[in-house]
Amino acid sequence: MRLFAHELRGQLRLYVRSKELAFFTFLLPLILFVLLGSVYGHDRIEGYKGSRYLEAGMLGYGVVSTAFAGLAIFMLIRRESGILKRVRATPLPPWAYIAAVLAATMLAYALNSVAMIALGRALFSVPLPDRIFSLVLTLLLGAVAFAAMGLGLTTLIRSAEGASAAVNAIYLPMSFISGAFFSPHSFPQFLRAIADVLPLTYFIRLTRDVMLRGDQLWNEPGAIAVVAAWGLAGAILAARNFRWEPAEG
Amino acid sequence: MTAVAVAVAVEGLTKSYGEHEALRGVSFEIREGDVFSLLGPNGAGKTTTVEILEGYRRRDGGSVSVLGVDPVSAPREWRGRIGVVLQSSAMYETLTVRESLALFGGYYEHPRPVDEVIGVVGLLEKADAVVRKLSGGQRRRLDFGLALVGDPELIFLDEPTTGFDPAARRGAWETIRSLRSLGKTILLTTHYLDEAEQLSDRVAVLREGLIVAEGRPADLTQSPATEIRYRLNGEDVVVRSEEPTRVLHELTSAALARGEELERLEVRRPTLEEVYLALTQEDAR
Repeated sequence: MRLFAHELRGQLRLYVRSKELAFFTFLLPLILFVLLGSVYGHDRIEGYKGSRYLEAGMLGYGVVSTAFAGLAIFMLIRRESGILKRVRATPLPPWAYIAAVLAATMLAYALNSVAMIALGRALFSVPLPDRIFSLVLTLLLGAVAFAAMGLGLTTLIRSAEGASAAVNAIYLPMSFISGAFFSPHSFPQFLRAIADVLPLTYFIRLTRDVMLRGDQLWNEPGAIAVVAAWGLAGAILAARNFRWEPAEG
Repeated sequence: MTAVAVAVAVEGLTKSYGEHEALRGVSFEIREGDVFSLLGPNGAGKTTTVEILEGYRRRDGGSVSVLGVDPVSAPREWRGRIGVVLQSSAMYETLTVRESLALFGGYYEHPRPVDEVIGVVGLLEKADAVVRKLSGGQRRRLDFGLALVGDPELIFLDEPTTGFDPAARRGAWETIRSLRSLGKTILLTTHYLDEAEQLSDRVAVLREGLIVAEGRPADLTQSPATEIRYRLNGEDVVVRSEEPTRVLHELTSAALARGEELERLEVRRPTLEEVYLALTQEDAR
């Protein structure tokens, strides 16, 4: 536990110092929220005010950009540059390192979500969520599941150069197709068919049900199961194939 | 038990990558407190050997003992007794020197004080500089510091000065000497001969997965004969001898007796460089 706390402090410091992470985790989701909110924040989508509908989807975009894409990219860079190999040479237990990285990522996502909700309230007068407990559980489920997928994804990518491109090529279209930015109901049939298998679709369904319709998280066992199953698949992939050494050498 | 404690013992070590036999039966011992160099050209098997000792790679055959432990089944405490400097020198770019050492020092039971480590590796002026802004030589010194901060008994240095300019190399050598003076056992790999000669107590020359020579740097240049060269009747004569004093005495006495001058008389020892080239390039001859 002492090692975990020590490493968590280190990881948080690294998080705060990283301009890339600051941009992708904090600024980009907030900027997109402001931009999209300004465009159709006053429209009505599925009977809800556009900005309110958007905010719930942007929490889904936040989870993939922070816990999935951000985590995968910086872990790939650390692996391929040899930092993970160096860590492996020390007595720090591998679990303590991974746990600290995950905890730092979750804290970043929590802050990002709070900032998003505060911004929605300030700029677009989106009401604050009233199912706080369910919302926290939902975001936690998403953060854990997408972080597991992010770690799993690192096992499929071999170079740091390809990391950004490959990860962006997955998470940006996924955010779009899963309806983070718009209502997926207006999508053509083939996009909806793809959306039906993506974990983010189900996570956003959860955030919208909790934030817009006042549902409790546990009233959505089907969506929970899909998100959890994807997370489990990522965790299994990571547990089996996670590497601490660069692909070459 | 031998009188001198052995920090590392390697016996008949073999390792193949597919068809390629990287190590073909490597054996050596490193005594506690020694600086031991594995010297050889690229691809000779130096990094493979070191990474097996560090526990990164599995061997195919032979036995390995590092601080009395087989690295394959080493407990995590064992990692606290070794320090590793990898070739890549990767570190967190956004931390300062001090923060990096504090972060890694925290992984160990009994770390050395951060300020002391900064002094040992000569980074006092750069203590609060961000890693990204360090020069190559300064990064390498921080690298040594990161390997030292856990106060290990044994330090592995894999090609610590490759790609350095002469000044940076000398700086790194000074740091390695200061690690040695702290009583650390050091295993160094290098393809620079002068580096091995300058720093080591013992040198093993590795070529194509085999150790082709081993001993003190002076011993390696001892074995080949001394060369005596002179010119006689317009022709170069080279005499190689294990007893150069006697041979030279006979040659010069005879020449004096005949009233001749031994033109261009020269007596020289092969440099370690020549021995090394002879050892590592036998096939090319």
